[in-house]
Amino acid sequence: MLGRYVNNLNKRTHRFSNFSRTYKICVVGSGPGAFYTAQELLKRSGAEIDIFERLPVPFGLVRYGVAPDHPEVKNCINGFTSLMQTRRCRFYGNVNVGKDISVEQLRSAYNGVVLAYGAENNRKLGIPGEDISGCYAAREFVGWYNGIPSMAGLKPDLSCENVVIFGHGNVALDVARMLLSPVAVLEKTDISGAALETLINSKIRNVYIIGRRGPLQTAFTIKEFRELTKLPNCHGHLDKNVFTDLNSIIPDLARPRRRLTELMMKTALSEKTAELCQQTGSQHWHMKFNRSPTEVLSSPNCRRVSGIRMEINKLEKTSEAVRAVGSGKFEDLACGLVISSIGYKSIAIDENVPFDAVTGIIPNVKGRVVSKRLYCSGWVKRGPIGVIASTMKDAFETAEMISEDMKQDNLPTSSCFGFEEIAKYLDQKGVRYVTFEDWNKIDAHEKYLGRMKNKPREKLTSVVEMLNVIDTP
Amino acid sequence: MTSIFCLRVTINFVERDGEVVSVKAKLGETLLDVAKDYDISLEGACEGTLACSTCHLILKPEIYETLPEPTDEELDMLDLAFGLSDTSRLGCQITITQEMDNMTVEVPKESYDVRQ
Ligand SMILES: Cc1cc2nc3c(=O)[nH]c(=O)nc-3n(C[C@H](O)[C@H](O)[C@H](O)COP(=O)(O)OP(=O)(O)OC[C@H]3O[C@@H](n4cnc5c(N)ncnc54)[C@H](O)[C@@H]3O)c2cc1C
Ligand code: FES
Repeated sequence: MLGRYVNNLNKRTHRFSNFSRTYKICVVGSGPGAFYTAQELLKRSGAEIDIFERLPVPFGLVRYGVAPDHPEVKNCINGFTSLMQTRRCRFYGNVNVGKDISVEQLRSAYNGVVLAYGAENNRKLGIPGEDISGCYAAREFVGWYNGIPSMAGLKPDLSCENVVIFGHGNVALDVARMLLSPVAVLEKTDISGAALETLINSKIRNVYIIGRRGPLQTAFTIKEFRELTKLPNCHGHLDKNVFTDLNSIIPDLARPRRRLTELMMKTALSEKTAELCQQTGSQHWHMKFNRSPTEVLSSPNCRRVSGIRMEINKLEKTSEAVRAVGSGKFEDLACGLVISSIGYKSIAIDENVPFDAVTGIIPNVKGRVVSKRLYCSGWVKRGPIGVIASTMKDAFETAEMISEDMKQDNLPTSSCFGFEEIAKYLDQKGVRYVTFEDWNKIDAHEKYLGRMKNKPREKLTSVVEMLNVIDTP
Repeated sequence: MTSIFCLRVTINFVERDGEVVSVKAKLGETLLDVAKDYDISLEGACEGTLACSTCHLILKPEIYETLPEPTDEELDMLDLAFGLSDTSRLGCQITITQEMDNMTVEVPKESYDVRQ
């Protein structure tokens, strides 16, 4: 079933009669970066678009990143699905570009190639003890509760009382919220069944959300922060002192930062009686500023996380930024779980594609990659920051560049064979590719499994299972 | 017959490229509904559930003043919108009323203008 607004490509903005030629374009990845590029390109040109995705299922981080309790955010899937009703857009899943098929092969089969493969890795804390059991990257933890196949076996131990999350971005707040939300809320979401089981038995009472810098440098947005303040039977704690100097600055801040700082301050100042904090069953989040992790501490046998050592920072203003500088003073905090949420990171998927390992993006100008007929979109273009709306804006820009290049005849006119050619390579390699109809089958099956548990869906968490469902008549 | 006409008002959308598109809107619909019906370039990614800011529109101050105050939740999402102005609203949160007949609303240029 489609959503409220169907993408109609035959209405007013469909003005591409001047392109008589049909271009074949392919997109690598099927997250918002890919779909919004495809959508805009379909509107702007007569191009035919093939989308290649590594997993048998589409939608990238909308499916595997966005928190289960944010179903509204996932509504963009309806728009993406309606795009697939047009004959000019196709989906080929279970195809790992860079491995099953090279970017060179795609470039010979298509007039243009758009890389929109997102950010599949994460930044590391780079401190001793990071590899001890009980220390995870937020990417892994998020993947686990969202049922991504590669994280199905994570099995985090939530039998401890204290958890530390490093990072002050929206992903950190998502993780905190998932750990502190009532089961009654979570069980009605599309959270993975295994994660729900684990969270039901969770003993977690305190979640510490720790950042290197101060309240004016946080990267999370006000919606996510407000949600934390509204969690039932859960109390938020922020250090009042951090805010004392800010009163005079607040009125001059840009509106988003001003409103966020005001809300943080209000939360910091709201009195929490000792009685309230001691209530049995109550949970707490503690937001801490100006602290850098220096070591993950472990139990005597080194088998499990037992705490975290942090250096207290001072903030220094330079002309470009506010830097955190270590003060030489340290502080330990006991905890049984550490989750580092300091950013996702893109990787190079094909040695023939330029990639800047330092900035972690494919070097590009407005989505045009230096070498001809190659484009990029989404997080691999701009870096792993921003909400779906920013990814959309960026994708539209890439699509505009592609359609400009079509108009200026910068894309070769030679006729390309498109998927016909790629299918041959895939068949030779024995790669089993799946289509959007196949995904529809998985989708229906997941919704069916969900209905039995009063959830919107129960995701299949292994690729084999997914392919089995497709094969079941 | 007349009653049916009374139920419709004219809304003038200023598109990103400056083109003005005048459309007939039904009372009770949201500005996002109307924009979608007439293929105005407004995305509405979360389908009107206050979770995306891609339905951001800029109103004229005269109209903005007459509307009920936006909720905290709407302001929260607006804070993420590109090209935020003092008279910005989310199109999915504004229901068309008779008073809006002939009003002009603008699709913010900065939602993506690669020529800037
Ligand atoms: C935890 C988390 C929560 C978020 N929550 C929100 C939210 O609530 N609201 C919001 O607006 N935004 C949210 N975002 C941001 C949003 O998810 C991103 O802006 C957006 O998904 C980026 O789109 P993308 O297409 O660049 O990347 P992705 O969505 O990551 O898509 C990339 C796709 O490429 C595929 N791929 C990777 N490698 C290959 C390969 N070699 N071959 C073929 N395919 C490949 C991947 O499997 C994936 O499907 C969240 C992000 C994260 C990480
Ligand atoms: S459509 Fe998403 S906020 Fe209005």
